[in-house]
Amino acid sequence: MSHDHHNSVSVTVTVNGEQRTAEAEGRTLLVHFLRDTLGLTGTHWGCDTSNCGVCVVAVDGVPMKSCTVLAAMVDGCEVTTVEGLEGPDGLHPIQEGFIECHGLQCGYCTPGMMITAKWLLEQNPDPSEHEIRDGLSGQLCRCTGYHNIVEAVRFAADKLNNKEVSA
Amino acid sequence: MQVPAPFGYERATSVDHAIQLLEQLGPEARLVAGGHSFIPMMKLRLAQPEHVIDINPLAAELGTISIDGSDLVIGAMARHNDLLGSAVVGEHFPVLHDAERVIADPVVRNRGTIGGSLCQADPAEDLSAALSALHATAVIRGSGGTRTVAVRELHTGPYETVVGDAEMLTHIRVPIRNGCGSAYEKVERRVGDWAIAAAAAAVWMDGGIISDAGIGLCAVGAEHFVSTDAEAVLRGQAPSDDVIAAAAAAAAAGCNPTTDQRGPAEYKRHLAGELTARALRRAIARAQGAAA
Amino acid sequence: MTDTAVPTSAAGNPIGFGRMLRKEDVRFVRGHGNYVDDVQLPGMLHGAILRSPYAHARIVSIDTSEAEAHPKVHAVITGATLETLGLAWMPTLSYDTQAVLATDKVRFHGQEVAFVVAEDRYSARDALNLIDVEYEPLPVVVDAKKALDADAAVIRDDKDGKTDNHIYDWEAGDAVKADEAFAAALADGGVVVEQEMLYPRSHPAPMETCGTVAHMDPITGKLVLWSNTQAPHAHRTVYAMVAGLPEHKIQVIAPDIGGGFGNKVPIYPGYVCSIVGSIVTKRPVKWMEDRSENLMSTGFARDYHMKGRIAATKDGKILGLQVDVLADHGAFHATAQPTNYPAGFFHIFTGSYDYGAAHCKVTAVYTNKAPGGVAYACSFRITEAVYLVERIVDCLADELGMDPAELRMKNLIQPEQFPYTTPTGWEYDSGDYPRALQLALDMAGYEELRREQAEKRAKGELMGIGISFFTEGVGAGPRKHMDILGLGMADGCELRIHPTGKAQIRLSVQTQGQGHETTFAQIVSHQLGIPPEDVEVIHGDTDNTPFGLGTYGSRSTPVSGAAAAVVAERVREKAKIIAATALECSVDDLEWELGRWQVKGDPDNGKTIQELALLAHSSLELPEGVEGHLDASAVYNPPNLTYPFGAYICVVDIDPGTGMVKVRRFIAVDDCGPRINPMIVEGQVHGGLVDGIGMALMEVIAFDENGTCLGGSYMDYLLPTPMEVPMFELGETVTPSPHHPLGCKGVGESATVGSPAAVVNAVMDALKPYGVRHADMPLTPAQVWMTMQGRPLRTDLAFTD
Repeated sequence: MSHDHHNSVSVTVTVNGEQRTAEAEGRTLLVHFLRDTLGLTGTHWGCDTSNCGVCVVAVDGVPMKSCTVLAAMVDGCEVTTVEGLEGPDGLHPIQEGFIECHGLQCGYCTPGMMITAKWLLEQNPDPSEHEIRDGLSGQLCRCTGYHNIVEAVRFAADKLNNKEVSA
Repeated sequence: MQVPAPFGYERATSVDHAIQLLEQLGPEARLVAGGHSFIPMMKLRLAQPEHVIDINPLAAELGTISIDGSDLVIGAMARHNDLLGSAVVGEHFPVLHDAERVIADPVVRNRGTIGGSLCQADPAEDLSAALSALHATAVIRGSGGTRTVAVRELHTGPYETVVGDAEMLTHIRVPIRNGCGSAYEKVERRVGDWAIAAAAAAVWMDGGIISDAGIGLCAVGAEHFVSTDAEAVLRGQAPSDDVIAAAAAAAAAGCNPTTDQRGPAEYKRHLAGELTARALRRAIARAQGAAA
Repeated sequence: MTDTAVPTSAAGNPIGFGRMLRKEDVRFVRGHGNYVDDVQLPGMLHGAILRSPYAHARIVSIDTSEAEAHPKVHAVITGATLETLGLAWMPTLSYDTQAVLATDKVRFHGQEVAFVVAEDRYSARDALNLIDVEYEPLPVVVDAKKALDADAAVIRDDKDGKTDNHIYDWEAGDAVKADEAFAAALADGGVVVEQEMLYPRSHPAPMETCGTVAHMDPITGKLVLWSNTQAPHAHRTVYAMVAGLPEHKIQVIAPDIGGGFGNKVPIYPGYVCSIVGSIVTKRPVKWMEDRSENLMSTGFARDYHMKGRIAATKDGKILGLQVDVLADHGAFHATAQPTNYPAGFFHIFTGSYDYGAAHCKVTAVYTNKAPGGVAYACSFRITEAVYLVERIVDCLADELGMDPAELRMKNLIQPEQFPYTTPTGWEYDSGDYPRALQLALDMAGYEELRREQAEKRAKGELMGIGISFFTEGVGAGPRKHMDILGLGMADGCELRIHPTGKAQIRLSVQTQGQGHETTFAQIVSHQLGIPPEDVEVIHGDTDNTPFGLGTYGSRSTPVSGAAAAVVAERVREKAKIIAATALECSVDDLEWELGRWQVKGDPDNGKTIQELALLAHSSLELPEGVEGHLDASAVYNPPNLTYPFGAYICVVDIDPGTGMVKVRRFIAVDDCGPRINPMIVEGQVHGGLVDGIGMALMEVIAFDENGTCLGGSYMDYLLPTPMEVPMFELGETVTPSPHHPLGCKGVGESATVGSPAAVVNAVMDALKPYGVRHADMPLTPAQVWMTMQGRPLRTDLAFTD
């Protein structure tokens, strides 16, 4: 990171495994840096008050609301967005779960929802319904009524757990 | 989407550096830790600092939670989820886990810091009530050195604290004393919302008697987030339904809630009493369980 | 579950109806959706709107010079700029006018005053602070009940001769007959129950806010408008009419949309401003509203103050229902509904019960609030109607001391009475109501729940059971009755069958998450036997799809779905001629067997639709007058609405010390006819149930005495999180619509329409020991606790001491 007077900051982040460097204003929000500067439009935004969670990305593996983080703050960090969920072997089980269980409708909240759900399963590989709901309580969805999102996360948990067992 | 007004961005590399930057940049500079209260205010342009000093690099220096002598010491940069995930916190002060479970949501708790929450000094901020109930102290550092104030003395009004323009809150110290039980009760319109009202209770039991007590109140206009009247009712008493009811009544009587869309003042006053009673019952049970 | 009777394709999808994973999901889960804010064009500029801090004020002056001097600002547009173009005002969907940018006065908190176009969105926002507007505050009209007072400030003094805030009076039903029924009921020792209730102002609040990218090509004169509209074709026509732009030079593209719920039906000032901004700057202009702008200025929902009176015999036979409504429409009459229905379909308020007398009168008023009113999955105000009747039926049950399930069962329209004409003139097409209610009661274990409730009550615990039975009317609508701004509510559809037998279907409607790319492929598959994965659904681009009025009011399946069925039928008939030619037989000798025309009695002798597609494009000599190819088009004009219905049961527990309500269970039985894709139907029901729980328990936009909006962010306008709702228990009955070609009825809004009353009925049932019959939504902890004190609050105004 280097300074150019007060306003311009050079930000280097490793996004989905790829190192990217770009200029940003000090005030540039991470969500805009990802979407407008780096062109990663899979991460959305839905409110201004860190309530809705559609902008969630993982910073050094931890989900954060990227509308409430300055791009400059993540200089040197690793960022994972929805575009980085899919691995060389195909879709992440969370992505599969959302498809298989009809965990999305308009798709707008889905990227943030999946990033948080993935972290939730890393913290708690076998969550109860209540634990899934609690873990996703900072993620709003207006379409699904959450029922199938809970199912989607359970699907992913089962798949991940079976994978461990068989491996 | 709303965006902050322009500001100069600085990154502090140490506490001393942060204080130095504060002195150098003057009163229009603000420290930003998690930013989950302050950045939304900047986006709404309710706050327009000329300079923002990012203290996230101090997470290693100020992010730890440990026991130091007879105190639990919480670094100001500890994230809410660090506090919630800390076994030592849960062991000594379950009120903090109770409160953390109902502060915002898990993702916000990943980023928001203890120091940031306390310094934001929102009248509905949960930890101010919980830490006040525990008789915690705040460690504040400036270029002239370090001073400590009771968390109860930290806030001078809504969004105002005794932390000076060129000072920063570095740690919270919570004294560990035997026989402690504590609990937090909150009513919110919806999960993740700010409290309509909340109450923290801490009791220290000694031979079946409440030797000391702390009653914290949140979002009900209680002076310094506490009810000293309720604490006075409790001290020296054996726990009973009557004592709890008297403490709850004192808490309700002594607060000064305002009517807003979360509810009329009379409802909030009712909650101050009801939640004090509930928190006390759990705190006492925990103290007795701990003693057993 | 997949219907076992339906064969599956090589890809494992049903050939036709049945559970099938969505085709659109493969891009969404990878972050490759394409929403309006994802559109990036070379040279694109960004717009931002300056909004009024006052609810009612005269504009004394606007000084934009400092903003114009900002180095990154390209244009500042005010009402004065628009006046020179004749665009300062635009028509609303209800034949009123609405200010695009205020010229004379501002009339609500958050109204559009100026539009800045700048290099980037940050600079555009910065420049708003550089515009200096001098206002002269005026008295405000906040309380709809005082809008018609003689001393109320006149909001619409822009309208010639307007001296009050009255918009319209509208009636339905027979007032005389209703009066007679009420008099007879009382004379016979029956009961009359009266109840006032407010359906407060709420907001659809889709996760994606409204926005546009406008690009007026200065050389070709073509306007391309990316816009998250639910009605791209209707918008194109309205832009042509309003702005005088030639319609063939306007292309509206609705890309992926992050939820609509009616919020994205109207044309908003920001859309017009972005078009003007592009004309002025000769560059593409993007405008995306922020969350506060969405909640404060775009189409709200409801805001109906209702007074109902219900009459019944003493043993609970309903005799009549009367309703007076005071409708708060805000500062501009801009509700979106068919022309002849100023109160939408509210007059379906007689509900699902059989009685002969009903009357309603609706009076609409202006207030200093944002315009709108028909939105949030309301089915043109059937939400308000169902809430009214289902709430007052519960009040009647309370008065009679009858079980609310028993009272409903006693009065439901019987299956043999369909088609059933209601006292206000609706012709319900089909239904078996008692079967649906009984199924819901059985699923809930109703008797057991009542036993549990009695035990809990004895211990001072508060548990409630609420029932709601609803009849929806969706699929607007028959052209002779229904139009919006003169555009009849019929929808077109085009189907192309490529030579290899793959298909493309072009729709007039536009998905906002409903899964059209999947379900419309399934309709084609059902009709033609082509695997759904071989059918591409094209929608949302007016240059590439036929005209139609769009997706709202649960109309996609009833109208466009029918169009798709009809157009596929036409393809099938065309293929039959090709088959007869190829098989050298008469068309009368052929029979259709899924995906294949074959000779009757000789099933081995036939041609698949894929073979016929190739033949249709081949050198095969066709009979005189028969054109080649299989492509077809259709326009579907529905003969009637479809009438889905359902029975909902909600179980709540209330903490008596805090007033907090916990929804423990929710049972929903829906009948929407055959389900094209049961998975998608169930998903829509889940979503609607959470909408209903949200409205019942937390969602509201109130205003303080200055007209300041108190629900202007997600901190104040609360949406349910996963924590406030349970896993849902869904049931199904199937009563096909007799007039829809597939028997299907719409379902998208059923749960939103039906569920709020079930939740409120459950809460009021729990609070019975406190002797209060009604409290208005939202039933927040404060409202519940105040109700327990016998003093429920008015929820549309700021709470006061």
